[in-house]
Amino acid sequence: MERLDWSGLPQVLPTLWSGMQITLQITLLAIVLGIVCGTVLATMRLSGVKPLAYFANLFVTVFRSFPLVLVLLWFFLLIPQLLQALLRIPATTDIRLVSAMVAFSLFEAAYYAEIIRAGIQAVPRAQFNASLALGMRYVQVMRLVVLPQAFRAMLPLLLTQAIVLFQDTSLVYVIGLADFFRSATNIGDRDGTAVEMVLFSGLVYFLICGATSGIVKLLQKKAVR
Amino acid sequence: MISLNNISKWYGSFQVLKDCSLEVAKGEVVVVCGPSGSGKSTLIKTVNALESIQQGKIFIGEHELSHPRSNLPALRAKVGMVFQHFELFPHLSIIENLALAQIHVLHRNKDEAYQKGNKLLERVGLRAHSKKFPGQLSGGQQQRVAIARALCMDPMAMLFDEPTSALDPEMINEVLDVMVELAQEGMTMICVTHEMGFARKVAHRVVFMDQGEIIEDQRKDAFFANPSSVRAREFLSRILH
Amino acid sequence: MAYHWNWGIFLQPVSTGEASTYLGWLWSGLANTVALSLAAWIIALLVGLGMGILRSLPDRRLAAIGTLYVILFRNIPLIVQFFLWYIVLPELLPKAAGDWFKSLAPLLQFYTASILCLGLFTAARVCEQVRAGLNALPRGQQAAGLAIGLSLTQVYRFILLPVGLRLIVPPITSEFLNIFKNSAVASTIGLLELSAQARQLVDFTAQAYESFIAVTIAYGAINLSVMYLMHWLERKTRFPGYQGAK
Repeated sequence: MERLDWSGLPQVLPTLWSGMQITLQITLLAIVLGIVCGTVLATMRLSGVKPLAYFANLFVTVFRSFPLVLVLLWFFLLIPQLLQALLRIPATTDIRLVSAMVAFSLFEAAYYAEIIRAGIQAVPRAQFNASLALGMRYVQVMRLVVLPQAFRAMLPLLLTQAIVLFQDTSLVYVIGLADFFRSATNIGDRDGTAVEMVLFSGLVYFLICGATSGIVKLLQKKAVR
Repeated sequence: MISLNNISKWYGSFQVLKDCSLEVAKGEVVVVCGPSGSGKSTLIKTVNALESIQQGKIFIGEHELSHPRSNLPALRAKVGMVFQHFELFPHLSIIENLALAQIHVLHRNKDEAYQKGNKLLERVGLRAHSKKFPGQLSGGQQQRVAIARALCMDPMAMLFDEPTSALDPEMINEVLDVMVELAQEGMTMICVTHEMGFARKVAHRVVFMDQGEIIEDQRKDAFFANPSSVRAREFLSRILH
Repeated sequence: MAYHWNWGIFLQPVSTGEASTYLGWLWSGLANTVALSLAAWIIALLVGLGMGILRSLPDRRLAAIGTLYVILFRNIPLIVQFFLWYIVLPELLPKAAGDWFKSLAPLLQFYTASILCLGLFTAARVCEQVRAGLNALPRGQQAAGLAIGLSLTQVYRFILLPVGLRLIVPPITSEFLNIFKNSAVASTIGLLELSAQARQLVDFTAQAYESFIAVTIAYGAINLSVMYLMHWLERKTRFPGYQGAK
């Protein structure tokens, strides 16, 4: 342990913080879009309308079959071309961040869709029937009765997936985006403190994720009524 | 008012309803009974299209259920349903349970809905619990709330699917009392139930089903005095002892 | 700018002078992925089973070992764990051991670090599945076993594990699939598995679409094989009247 040199740490904290901000941006956007799109996908899957169910099924299966690394690389390849073709944005703008955000949102939507689908199916069918019997339409039933109950039950799982998402953002390493971990390793390479940087980032991730998991466990205990 | 004409339903290759026909006039109380598996729950669920049918037609008033231009949600709002397991919405308070469909289906405003809700809670004797949640009430109380919830929609008829089967014995009467009152006020009712005491008190007609068929459909006194089929006789002797 | 498709690129010899075609690179990437994943899976199953059983034991201190293991391995991102094994551990070991590791052939270094990392990471997930499976068994099973005089070890061996493990075959399938997907992260420390080859191919052939499509198909093939294998396994281990756990 004596061979490690922590003296350079204070100076690099600002850079690490910028990296963390990128990490948080991607995480939060992917959580929000992931849950929204995941809910849409789950309701499509359960709707009984064949083409919608088929599409939702296909989307979820495709994104869950491949490594996130590959998905990130695909979007990093495709997004600049798409943006050029659709919106005439030149490929020089910060493509890495945009492609990472799109990739993560779609990827996580597929995972959230499965959690949400299971949550919806766990709400007893009779609740659905009781709402229909009162004259509500399908969308009203979902919005007012089924989804509120489903989300309450799924909250711990949704949060756990969010923690996983937060950890997964570190994979933007492969497209060279300077998130927290990439910033740390870049600094490590530059200053010759690779070991210290990896240890430090490991510790930070451990503390953040550990604390959040602890909160989720507390929530789960409280929710058992 | 409600007509079921030659209804048949299959689950895959199993025929669960065999050519059933039933007419219920305004103000009539019809009790449907029979052994388990006879299809009586399925039959009552076809009335508000919670179960589909493969053959036959169902009429509520002059509206035919399967007609392409029929507005199912609106029709369902006109026919109230009470379920065996109450099915109150656990994430909403009692008064919110009563107001939900009024606001979103009948488009009443919140005050109107709450007022109506409280009035009906008063009627079933549960006004004091309006702010509580379903989980805090007993089974009998929940079922009375469920009846109130259906009544908030000002239905022209009420369907009851084994409303007391999931209740502890001491709570059955509080629910039956509400149902008896409703019948005496002239509500059109179809009740699937084992409670023959209720049938004897307020039913006009009793329908007996077995294995998907309507075996008997008689006026109440005639049914209890002298059921014409062997199966009905056996069923009655088992249930009434 | 029009893109020129050229699927024939795979049959061309590589421009680095190495005796291989680009298809050969793809194939070696696939081989590395499969080898890494299978080796890691063995570690994951053994360690995961052990930890899962520990966590379900009535002895608090033994159970805590399992809990700490899971907390450690599930709260650090996989890529960070790879770096910890490859870069940090050799430095933290006693100097002799560290130097020995660094003197190994690079490929061996990559493999050792990757197999240990991926194996122990996945073991934490397997542990949770095993624990869930054991918890899903009715409590009475253990009581009944003890009541006829079996020791706790015997109860685990003859009653709890045979049933509990069958219950978890479906979620374990997911973990097996996940190992193949997570093996892609080994590319970040330099192992030339499948996704690393994707970038190699793009760099050397400039045929980005063909390269990516080929790698995607390769992963798809792995996916299908795993699903088929596990489906067969599930059918073989089923016994009448018992549904698998979700």
